[in-house]
Amino acid sequence: MSTKQEFTITVYTENQIGLLNRIAIMFSRRKINIESLNTSPSEVDSVHRFTIVINEFEEVVKKLVRQIEKQVEVLKAYYNTEDEIVWQEMALYKVPTDIIAEKVKVERLLHQYGARAVVIRKDYTVFETTGHREELEGLIKALEPYGLIEFVRSARIAIIKASKGFHEKLKEFEEHEPGEEVIENEFLDKQDEVFTM
Amino acid sequence: MTNATTLEAKTPKAIPHSSGKQVDEVTGSQAVLEAFIAEGVDTIFGYPGGAIMPIYDALYDYHDRLKHILVRHEQGGIHAAQGYARTSGRTGVVFATSGPGATNLVTGLADAMIDSTPLVCITGQVFAHLLGTDAFQETDVVNITTPVTKWNYQVTDATEIPSVLAKAFYIAGSGRPGPVLIDITKNAQLQKFAYQGYTPCKHIRSYRPKPIVRKEYVEEAAKLINAAEKPFILFGQGVILGKAEKEFKAFIEKTGIPSAWTVLGLSALPTDHPLNVGMLGMHGNYGPNVLTNECDVLIAIGMRFDDRVTGRLDKYAKQAKVIHLDIDPSEIDKNVKSTVPLWGDCKETLPMLTQLVEKKEHKEWLAKFNEYTRQEVEAVIHDELNPTSEILTMGEVIKTVNELTNGDAVIVTDVGQHQMVACRYAKFNQSKSNVTSGGLGTMGFALPAAIGAKFGAPERTVVAVIGDGGFQMTLQELGTIMQSEVNVKILILNNRFLGMVRQWQQLFHDKRYSFVDIQSPDFVMLAKSYGIAGKSIDQRTDLKTAVTEMINHNGSFLLEVMVGKENNVFPMVPQGCSVSEIRLK
Repeated sequence: MSTKQEFTITVYTENQIGLLNRIAIMFSRRKINIESLNTSPSEVDSVHRFTIVINEFEEVVKKLVRQIEKQVEVLKAYYNTEDEIVWQEMALYKVPTDIIAEKVKVERLLHQYGARAVVIRKDYTVFETTGHREELEGLIKALEPYGLIEFVRSARIAIIKASKGFHEKLKEFEEHEPGEEVIENEFLDKQDEVFTM
Repeated sequence: MTNATTLEAKTPKAIPHSSGKQVDEVTGSQAVLEAFIAEGVDTIFGYPGGAIMPIYDALYDYHDRLKHILVRHEQGGIHAAQGYARTSGRTGVVFATSGPGATNLVTGLADAMIDSTPLVCITGQVFAHLLGTDAFQETDVVNITTPVTKWNYQVTDATEIPSVLAKAFYIAGSGRPGPVLIDITKNAQLQKFAYQGYTPCKHIRSYRPKPIVRKEYVEEAAKLINAAEKPFILFGQGVILGKAEKEFKAFIEKTGIPSAWTVLGLSALPTDHPLNVGMLGMHGNYGPNVLTNECDVLIAIGMRFDDRVTGRLDKYAKQAKVIHLDIDPSEIDKNVKSTVPLWGDCKETLPMLTQLVEKKEHKEWLAKFNEYTRQEVEAVIHDELNPTSEILTMGEVIKTVNELTNGDAVIVTDVGQHQMVACRYAKFNQSKSNVTSGGLGTMGFALPAAIGAKFGAPERTVVAVIGDGGFQMTLQELGTIMQSEVNVKILILNNRFLGMVRQWQQLFHDKRYSFVDIQSPDFVMLAKSYGIAGKSIDQRTDLKTAVTEMINHNGSFLLEVMVGKENNVFPMVPQGCSVSEIRLK
C-alpha cells in the first residue's frame, strides 16, 4: 500500500491574470489541501513559477500534474519529493524586547536557530529565520514561553536539483518567442469620468 | 536562420476588413464580428442584453454576412452551438450578455468541456471601471467559468480583441477541442481603435495541441497487435474530432479487429459495418462488455475510459495489454493503465499503425461476438424491436425511424432511457450523425442542440429524440424553431415517468418511486401554439404513418409517441459491477 507523502509541485507558466485561480481550483476540485503556495518570477523574463506543496499519493500527484500541464498557459509542471529539491521557508517572529534583553537564554536560543534581528524597537523585536519547516517551528515552540507576539511563515520555495536541461530549454524558448505582457484593468479609478448606462 | 517559407507559415497574413474597404478605425464590437467573418463563422446563437448591446448594434450592419439565431434562453443558445459544432465539425459561436446571461451558459460550457466540443462564447461585461462594484448584471463570469472552459479571458481594452479572438478560435478548435469564453467589457466594445486587420492564430508558445508521436510506441503497438489472438478495439469521439474516420476504417479493415463504440464515438463507423460489434458501457451490447474481460489486446482510440464505459475498474480488462491512442496525454493512464501509451492525433497515428500491422481476419473471435449478439437478440433486442404486447416500446419507434430515414438522419438525443435506446438501435451510415450529451448527461440538451445541428448540416434530416422529462427542461426553444423556421423533427418518447431514475428505483431502491412520476402538458397543443405541426399516437398501427408524416412534413413537426410506462433498458451493467457482470434482464 502506498501512503500519502509530501510533494513539491513546480509549475512554469505565462504571467497571466486568473491563472492562479485556474491552477488552485484543480486542487480544490479534488478536495486536496494546498499546504503552501508561492508564485514568483523565474530566471527567465515573463515566465512565472508556482511552487506548491501538498500531501498526497504519488499516483494522484502524477495525474494531477498532467492535468495542470494541460492548461493552455502552463509551460511545464514537475513534481518532486523532498530529496529531489533544495528548499527553504522563511519566518518572522515578533517578541517583546524587554524579555529578550533580560533573558540571556533567549539570545542563545536565537543563535542556535540562526535567527537574525530585522527590527529592534523599544517595545518589540522582529527576528527572521530561514530554513526547513521543522526548524522554523522549533523556534516558535522555544519562543512561546517568552511571550511570542506574532508569527508568520512564508510559502516554500524550492529549486529542483536536476533542472539544468529544462533551464536551457526555457532560455532558448524565451529568446525565440518572448512572452506577452499582462494587460491590467486601467479603468478602475475612472469611475467619475465615464458615462454609463 | 529561419527561411522565408517557415517564417511565413509562422506569421499568417492579416485578413483585411470584410467590407473590402480600407478601414482605419473600428469599434471593439466591429472587431469581434470581423474576427468571426475571418474565421468563417456563418451562424451565431445568442440573446441580447444590456452589457452586450454595442455588439448587437454592430451586428445590425453585419446581418448580410452573419446569421444570428435568437434563442429563448442562453442555455438554449449554447446547446444549439454545440449541436452546430457536432454536425458541422466547426466551432460553434454564442453571444450572451453579462450576469444572468453569462451564468446561463455554465451548463452548456460544462457539457462542451466534458464532451470536447469546440465553442467560442462571447459574453458582455459591465464597464471596466465598474468591475468589482456589484454593478447591475455584473457577475465574475471568468472565475465562474474557469473550471468548465479550456481557456477564458477578459478583455477590457478593444485593441486586444483581434488577437484574443484569434487565440480563442485556435484554442477551441485545435488539439482536444473545448469551449472558450471571452468576456468583453462594454467600454471595450464601444472603444474605437486603429484596425490592422485580423491575423489568425496558428501557435501559442505555452500550448501544445498535439503531442509529438513517438515512433517506438507505434512500433510496439503494432507488434502487440500482430501477435494478438483476441484483439478488441474501443473507439470514441476522438475519431470524429480528429476527422479520422477513413483512417480508422482502413486500420480495422486491415487488422480485422472487432470494434465497439462509446456513445460519443457512435456514427464514426457505419453501424452495419461487419466489424462494428456494438456499444460499450452500462447499457451497451452484451458481447463488447463481456469480451472486454476476455480480449488479449485492448486498443482504445480517442476515448477516455469513462466510468459508464468501464464499470468497476479493478475488474476491467485486467488480462489484456492496453494500447491507448489519445491526443490528450493526460487521458493516458488516467483511468486504465496502458501498456503502450500512443499519444498523438489519431489522424497521424492510425495510418502509421496501419502500415505496420499485418493483414488479418479474426473469424473465430468475431464469431464469439456474434454469438453474444445472438443471445442478446433473443433475450432483449427481439422483443424490444418487435414487441408482441400492445404497449409500444422505444426501440420499435427508433427502428421505424431507421427504416424511414435509411440511416441517413442526424439523431439528436437528450438524456435518459430514450437516449440509451436511441444509441443502441439507431442506424447510421455517416459520421457526425449522433448528437448527444454524453459526459455531462444534460437533460434539456436535445431540443436546442437539434436546432444547432440543423444549421450545422442544413441538407440533412434532423430528428430530436427526447423524453417527456428532458423536453420540459428547454421547451422554450420551440419559440426559436418557430421564429427561425428551423426544420427539426421532434420525437417525444413519452413514458410519463422520469424513466431512467425510475428504472434505478425499481432495480436498486425496492420500487420506491420517489418523485419520478412526472406530468406533462399536451405537447401537441403546445407545439400548435408555436405554429408547429404535431401529432400524438399510442397505437402501433399508427406508428409508421405518423413517423412518415413527421419526416415528410414540410417544416418542423412534433410527434409524441406514448410508450410503455415501466419499460426498462437492458442489458445493464449495474453500478459498481464489472462489465462482465452485465445483466440481460
